[in-house]
Amino acid sequence: MQFELNITKRLRCGGDEFLLRSRFATTDAALVLFGPSGSGKTLTLQAIAGMLTPDEGHIRCNGRVLFDSAQGINVPARRRNLGYLFQDYALFPHLTVRENIGFGLKPLFGRLAKRDRDRVEELLDAFGLGAVGDQKPAALSGGQQQRTALARALGTSPRLLLLDEPFSALDQPLRVRMRDELSRSLKSFNIPVIMVTHDSDDVAAFAQSVVIYRNGRVEDIHSARELADSGQNLAETLQKQAEKAYA
Amino acid sequence: MSMVWIDLSAPEFLSPLLLTLKVAGVAVLLSLILGVAAAYALSRRNFFGRDFLDAVCTLPIVMPPTVLGYYLLVFIGRRGIIGQWLQETFGITLMFTWQGAALAATVVAFPLVFKSARAALESVGEQYENAARTLGQNELAVFLRVSLPLAFRGVLSGGMLAFARAMGEFGATLMVAGNLPGRTQTLSLAVYSAVQAGNDALANTLVFIISIVCVVILMITSKLLQPGF
Repeated sequence: MQFELNITKRLRCGGDEFLLRSRFATTDAALVLFGPSGSGKTLTLQAIAGMLTPDEGHIRCNGRVLFDSAQGINVPARRRNLGYLFQDYALFPHLTVRENIGFGLKPLFGRLAKRDRDRVEELLDAFGLGAVGDQKPAALSGGQQQRTALARALGTSPRLLLLDEPFSALDQPLRVRMRDELSRSLKSFNIPVIMVTHDSDDVAAFAQSVVIYRNGRVEDIHSARELADSGQNLAETLQKQAEKAYA
Repeated sequence: MSMVWIDLSAPEFLSPLLLTLKVAGVAVLLSLILGVAAAYALSRRNFFGRDFLDAVCTLPIVMPPTVLGYYLLVFIGRRGIIGQWLQETFGITLMFTWQGAALAATVVAFPLVFKSARAALESVGEQYENAARTLGQNELAVFLRVSLPLAFRGVLSGGMLAFARAMGEFGATLMVAGNLPGRTQTLSLAVYSAVQAGNDALANTLVFIISIVCVVILMITSKLLQPGF
């Protein structure tokens, strides 16, 4: 994946002003945006998805311009073809698991095409949700909810998956299990990801590169391979960065 | 007054009941369409004059129905801007017709749909709509597949209240449509006429039926608003 982003956004929050200046480029297939809460990483992810319009700058993915203020281009979220896994999953509470997963495939009027129905069943099987396909999301466990959200995001075959703090809603033992599970799913679907997290374990598990955020700015960018080559420990480096960020 | 039962299928009772149901039905349909559209526009877009528009949409709740009726006379009366245009272009007269009564009931019932639809739509989490957008849905699909279903109970309870309000509408209807038996005389107008004419038996029955219908509607509405229903 070729990804390039350079945006600024001014936000007013109460009386305070927050300035986001986000800039990075990568060719890695797994990028982690790492930093404390309120450092601008989730805003950056929302800008990539098209939920937040930057004041200035550009976003490009594999040569396709998603946003460019100079050229007046702002592709709407629905045409960006990016999957988004929300922090609280944002599963549609009025629809069943099966309907949630098929949501992006179903036309406004009419039913799912045969091909898409098969795809939904495949996803239900792939994520071990076959038994709860007709349940509403409220009846699911945290792990099942996350699987449903992931299956829904993958349903429309996105070119890139955006993950917003994917494990923060889970308790510790489940978090470890779901981390392994997600890692395997991403490999089997072979899809590039950009993940937002404040958990250094997530970085260690997923990152090929890590972008470190602090106070709305990109503080540093590391490539996991380069760190390893130079004999540094990724987890330790991040720990130091994190301590600095929270200091 | 003594309670005297009369034949429910008698024309002096049946005709105002059917007319009331027709007028209230049309009024609720119009208020639902206009009220939900206005509520959606005002809850999703922030523009100059939004608070003013919100006040205008809410105004019929607090204004005396006769004042609303007067406004309607000014606009849709024979010499009113809209009334004249309708008459000349389509040959439609709203004054002293059941359509005029339906319009008056719509104006009075509209804010009830608008208010509860706006509250319900604003309580729909933005992340659900964003999720639908990232799944390739356009704004119409986001509204019909996510926002409206999630706000459905609030919209429906607003519609029930609007129906009850439209059924009982008196002042604005009297000003616009008059009190013509068989043509514009709804239940609440018929009660007034029956009392004026000293026909207590008819008044009793009409009042009883209106009361029952309103109690049932209020019970259904509060049931709909209960969490977990």
